[in-house]
Order: sequence, then structure tokens, then C-alpha cells
Amino acid sequence: MSWFQKLLPPKIKRRESADIKKSVPDGLWHKCPSCQAVLYHADLEKNLSVCPKCNHHHRITARTRLDWLLDSEGRFEIGAEVLPVDTLKFKDSRKYSERLTAAKRDTGEDDALVVHQGSIHAVPVIVAAFEFSFMGGSMGSVVGERFVRGVQLAIEQKMPFICFAASGGARMQEGLLSLMQMAKTCAALTQLSEARLPFISVLTDPTMGGVSASFAFMGDVVVAEPNALIGFAGARVIQQTVRETLPEGFQRAEFLLEHGAIDMIVDRRQMRDQLTTLITLLSKQPAAVPLAA
Amino acid sequence: MKVTFLDFEQSVSDLENKIEELRFVQDDSAVDISTEINQLQKKSQTLTKDIYAKLTPWQISQVSRHPQRPYTLDYIENLFEDFEELHGDRSYADDAAIVGGLARFNGQSVMVIGHQKGRDTKERQYRNFGMPRPEGYRKAMRLMRLAEKFGIPIMTFIDTPGAYPGVGAEERGQSEAIGKNLYVMAELRVPLICTIIGEGGSGGALAIAVGDTMLMLQYATYSVISPEGCASILWKSADKAPDAAETLGITATRLKALGLVDKIISEPLGGAHRNYPEMMQTLKKALQDSLKQVQSQTMEQMLQARFMRLMSYGKFKEVEV
Repeated sequence: MSWFQKLLPPKIKRRESADIKKSVPDGLWHKCPSCQAVLYHADLEKNLSVCPKCNHHHRITARTRLDWLLDSEGRFEIGAEVLPVDTLKFKDSRKYSERLTAAKRDTGEDDALVVHQGSIHAVPVIVAAFEFSFMGGSMGSVVGERFVRGVQLAIEQKMPFICFAASGGARMQEGLLSLMQMAKTCAALTQLSEARLPFISVLTDPTMGGVSASFAFMGDVVVAEPNALIGFAGARVIQQTVRETLPEGFQRAEFLLEHGAIDMIVDRRQMRDQLTTLITLLSKQPAAVPLAA
Repeated sequence: MKVTFLDFEQSVSDLENKIEELRFVQDDSAVDISTEINQLQKKSQTLTKDIYAKLTPWQISQVSRHPQRPYTLDYIENLFEDFEELHGDRSYADDAAIVGGLARFNGQSVMVIGHQKGRDTKERQYRNFGMPRPEGYRKAMRLMRLAEKFGIPIMTFIDTPGAYPGVGAEERGQSEAIGKNLYVMAELRVPLICTIIGEGGSGGALAIAVGDTMLMLQYATYSVISPEGCASILWKSADKAPDAAETLGITATRLKALGLVDKIISEPLGGAHRNYPEMMQTLKKALQDSLKQVQSQTMEQMLQARFMRLMSYGKFKEVEV
């Protein structure tokens, strides 16, 4: 570190180093965390971030997911006008407001849920996708409200509602308000159900805590991505409580399928087709004619 | 029953011990020291008043977990008649951490459901420290549906550290069981009156706490995560629990201000455990009023109000995009 850099206040230093990091292009090569295979980045993307060697489903951003899932035409965002506030003036080692600013800087998102209206293979849908990189995809007031607005629009437009969950649970920094989002999202779904519109819940890695224990399992059909971690209590908490080793594959999608908790596991590369089939079957429509993806 | 005092009540405890000693002396003595005893008792009361006037959220959370605090079955015994406990989820087991059944409240049929903690080691184990497994939530839902079928109002009592974090609980669908209750309670076609009587621990509490009226005892707490849990995640140290309790806003006054609780039920001086009869009377009155208020609405009004209330949860800002 040069003498000049040492003189700079810490904040400026940090920002500079972040800029430097970004100015270097994303690595051309990527090492799969599951099988350690070294993959060419473009190949991995072409394969929807699924490792071609071991089938490991990498975590992807909410917008990437929506881009890959929805037809490119006729899309628009719902609930972007809803933004977070720090009602409790929550402060731990860091203020909530600072965490929000940092999360926005790192992810480009205002909160942890992105909702779009669009279509899959020309079948109209409303899709909500969690952004796990935004404070662990935690559900606070904004996530709850955007979810509800998505559901309400689905009812108005008579469209199915799909949600891709990826969350550590409720957002502690909003206290009990975040817990109440569990009740709020479930309540909204009762109306979707009354309108006889399908809700497909897709559980991706990871779906835990308050998100898992609210709308996630209320899907008419509950789908999971391969090997996704899904559960209520975290493994560490369980281990501390029961003091025994956890069974092999505990809380993984395959474990849940075996225990009857979910309907099916769907590979990300088949997600578009599978969701379309499920929706058209539930809404008694003829099979969709697949458009070129 | 000898009162168990909490750490921050040490001065009261010392005084009470002294009073006890004097009483003992009085019994075998010809000298009348009753005035002295009376004075000390007054002093003890003033001291308690002073301490309870400025309890910190962390201290309140200690009171909410007080081992002598009235539990669901105590309220059932004192507020209801003809309690017929109903057991089991019809699929797997009967969870003793949640009790429920039919009863009469002022002569009217009601369904009572609540978390149940244990008093001694054996009972605590049997009740699993008031931490329900999926069976508990499914039993609760079964009883709610039963109540709905016969148009019987439901009263729930919330007092749990949280849902049980165990392997079996996960295997049998803890998440689904909780989520399903939230869903069902949003549309249940009977009055639902919920009272937080002690510890409102996260999803495990919420799973029987969605309704038309939310009552909360003065020294009860309700939180998205326990102060200890929050501290160990965000501060990496459970010692910071008092700070977490402060910032999480878990007390009745904070939650009422946020619009998440309708009414705070005052507790006797020194907490509910210091005077059961008084606590019972106060809560009975509040439940009576709430039930009457909810029942004055038509079914559609009630369901609409419940739904609007659920939709109103959350604080955010809106901007033009």
C-alpha cells in the first residue's frame, strides 16, 4: 500500500478497491464449487448456470432467472415503486439503513424480491423471484408488499402466479413487521385460490425460515431445483438442539421429495417447459406451442 | 407458593425474605411487630413499582419467561368451564406443546388453543418446553376447522420459545404445517381472538396468532427471533441479547405503536405470576369485550376486516417509477 493510500479515510479506500475489482472483467473461467471442474464461463451461462459436469445448480440473480424464464417480449415490472424504510431504527454492529445501502450497491436491487408480468411460451404469467444476494433474500415489508401486489395483479389479470424462493428467512432488522409478512403473503394467496388461479411455488437454493414456513409450501404445485437446501430451522440450530449428526442429504430437495414434502424436482433447463405444462394443465388450456427460446 | 425473584428484583427479594423472617418471629413472640411488617410490605410494593416502572425490554423478556407465570392451562382452568381437551393431529401424534379443546366462556361454546409449557423438569420435558412440532400445528388446525364447522369462536393463547428445531420436525414438514395455519387462519369463518400471554417466539407463535383481535399482556414479548438468537447472529455473541431485545422492539408498547397489537392487558404489580386472580379477572374482561366486538360484525365484515388488517402489515415507502 502506498503512503498516499494510507492517508485516505477508510470509506474512500473501500470504494476504490471495489471499483478496481469491477474494472477487471469477470473471470473467463469458473470453478464449480460442487465438482471442482473448471468451466468456461460462457459455457456455464449457456447452460443456465448448471454445471455440465455434475449438474450443480449455481445460485443466480433474480433478474437472470426472470430473463431466462420469461419470453423476451411484453414484460414489465411490478412493485418497483415499493422501497424499504428503517422503521425500527435498527442497529446491531451496523445500522439497517447502512446495510440496505450496501446491499443496493452490491446487487443493484432495492430489495430482495423482483416481480414481473410476462409470459412463458406465450402463456401469460406473473412471476416473483427472490434476490438472495440482497441481505440473504430476507423477507421484510417490501418483499411482502411486492409479493402481494404481484398476487393481486394476477387476480385482476386472471393469470397464474409463480414464485421462485431463495431466502434465509424473515428479515430480523424489521422486527415483528417481517414476521407479519408471513401471514400477509399467505392471506393474499387465499384470494388467488378463491379465484381458482394456480400458484406454483418453486423452491431454489436456499429456502429457509420464515419464507419456507409461509407461502413457499402453499403452492398448488410445489417444485424444487435439484439439491436445493429447503427447511425451517437451520442445520446449525438443529445440531445445537438435538446434539446428533444430521442424516445424509438432510433438508435437500431430494430428501424433501422422499419425505413427501414437495411434488417434484425440476432441472433448471427444463423449468420453462415444465412450468408451462403444469399451468396449462391446471387451467385446462391446450398445450402451449413452444416458441424458440 | 414462594415467589421466584428475577435478578433485577434482588432488592425486593431481600425485603420479602426479611418480612418472612419477621412473620416467623411474630408467631412465637408476645411483642406485636405487625406494624413493622406492614411497613416493610409497603416498602416492598413501592420498590417493585419503581423497578417495574422502568423495565428494559430485556428485563421484560425475563418476566415473560418467568417460571411461575400463568400458562395456557391456568387460563383455561380459571376463565372457562367444561373444558374438554381434544387430542392429536389424526396423522402422526399428539403434541403436548400445544393444548386445545372445547370449553364454555361465559356460557358460550368456544374453542381454546394454546402453547403449553411445563412447571417442573419432568413436565417441561413432556411439554417440550412449549416448542411445538408439526403435529402440534396440525392439531391446532384440525381444531380450528372443527370450530369453523360448528360456528364456534376460537381463542388462542401464545406462549412459546418457538417451533421445535429437530430432525423429525423437519422430516414431517414443520414449514408446511406453519404455513398452512397462516393460510387457514386468514380465511377461517369464525371469530379468532389471539392473546400473547408470555413468550411470542417467531413462526412458532405466529402459527396460532393470526386473527381478528390481537391482545398482548403487558410483560409478554413477541418477536421475529429471540433476543439471544438475534444477538448470536448479528453481534456474534449471545451476551448482546439485551441490546438485541432493545432494537428488535419486542415489547407490547412498541408493538402497539406499530399497529401489530390492538390492546395491551395490564398485569398485576410485579407481573402476572404475583397475582393470579387479578390477572385472570383482567384478561377475562378483555376477552369478553373483544369477543363481543368481533361478534357484532357480520361474517363478511369480519373476514374483510381481518384481510385488510393482514394486508396493512408492513412499513415501506412508495416512489414514482
